[in-house]
Amino acid sequence: MTSQPTPAEQTPAATGRAQWPLWEVFVRARRGLSHTHAGSLHAPDAVVALRNARDVYTRRQEGVSIWVVPAAAITASSPDEKDAFFEPAADKVYRHPTFYVVPEGVAHL
Amino acid sequence: MTTVDELLRLGDDALIAAQRLAEWCARGPEMEEDVALANIALDQLGAARLLLSYAGERAGTGTEDDLAFLRDDREFRNCLLVELPNGDFAVTIGKLLFLSVYQLARYDALVDSADDRLAAIAAKVRKESAYHVDHGSLWTVRLGDGTDESHRRMQSAVDELWPYTHELFEENDLRPTWLSTVEPVLAAATLTRPEDGWAPTGGRAGRHTEHLSYLLAEMQVLHRAHPGARW
Repeated sequence: MTSQPTPAEQTPAATGRAQWPLWEVFVRARRGLSHTHAGSLHAPDAVVALRNARDVYTRRQEGVSIWVVPAAAITASSPDEKDAFFEPAADKVYRHPTFYVVPEGVAHL
Repeated sequence: MTTVDELLRLGDDALIAAQRLAEWCARGPEMEEDVALANIALDQLGAARLLLSYAGERAGTGTEDDLAFLRDDREFRNCLLVELPNGDFAVTIGKLLFLSVYQLARYDALVDSADDRLAAIAAKVRKESAYHVDHGSLWTVRLGDGTDESHRRMQSAVDELWPYTHELFEENDLRPTWLSTVEPVLAAATLTRPEDGWAPTGGRAGRHTEHLSYLLAEMQVLHRAHPGARW
């Protein structure tokens, strides 16, 4: 019986199969809606990423437009910073537009 | 009016291409490419069903299933190109490019056919063919103009498949149209366009390579062992 390869031997470099870069996929479901994050996929370049996104995320007519973005190009907030980032907004009720009365007859407000 | 034989040629090309491509299912080089090849296989299967249903009605020879599962290799009218084994990924992509450029040219011409039903089928499937051409070209360029190894494999695939492309144009004059798409793709891929020479033939007359029987055995065994079996 052969021994299992160690994790080091299974790295992409060791197997000769470099992993394709990761891309985030945003799909617009229909005109008038904004693009929504649908998921991610691997692809060697942007053109192939777009084709793969079409095949993986819109094969059941989920969308009319696709954006792909290199996952590495996205700067995300850190879960560790959650308190400092988001909690201060919790008690600032004056930021909500609730302190005035909408005059009668004003539409689309 | 379209002949039944012409419908069988178109339908069998699509059916055998679908069966071959489906062999990649769960074996694709990447999950995303696996899905893409399976999508293309299903497109081909959809086209085959429309064309073989029509052929069966016209000839009074039964349903699409009768034609797909109960004919022997000598009765199939597909070109030799589609029945060739998948080989490596480069061969699969070469087959996809050569076939889809041909199919797109055929369907484009058939959109104006006096045969309304065939014209409607062509109008539906030509959009799918256009996408297959896109996929085949995109990968041909990336493999041809990629690493030394991918270039070597793509060139060898193109060389191996080129002779089989002559058979596609035995009953039409679309080879110049086909070349006008294929040659620029090969050039962009830094591949050498092979010389025209040997032109194996026989598929349209039912004389196939030894590969078709094995493919049919796998495709037909369930239906023949359990006639009328359903999911």
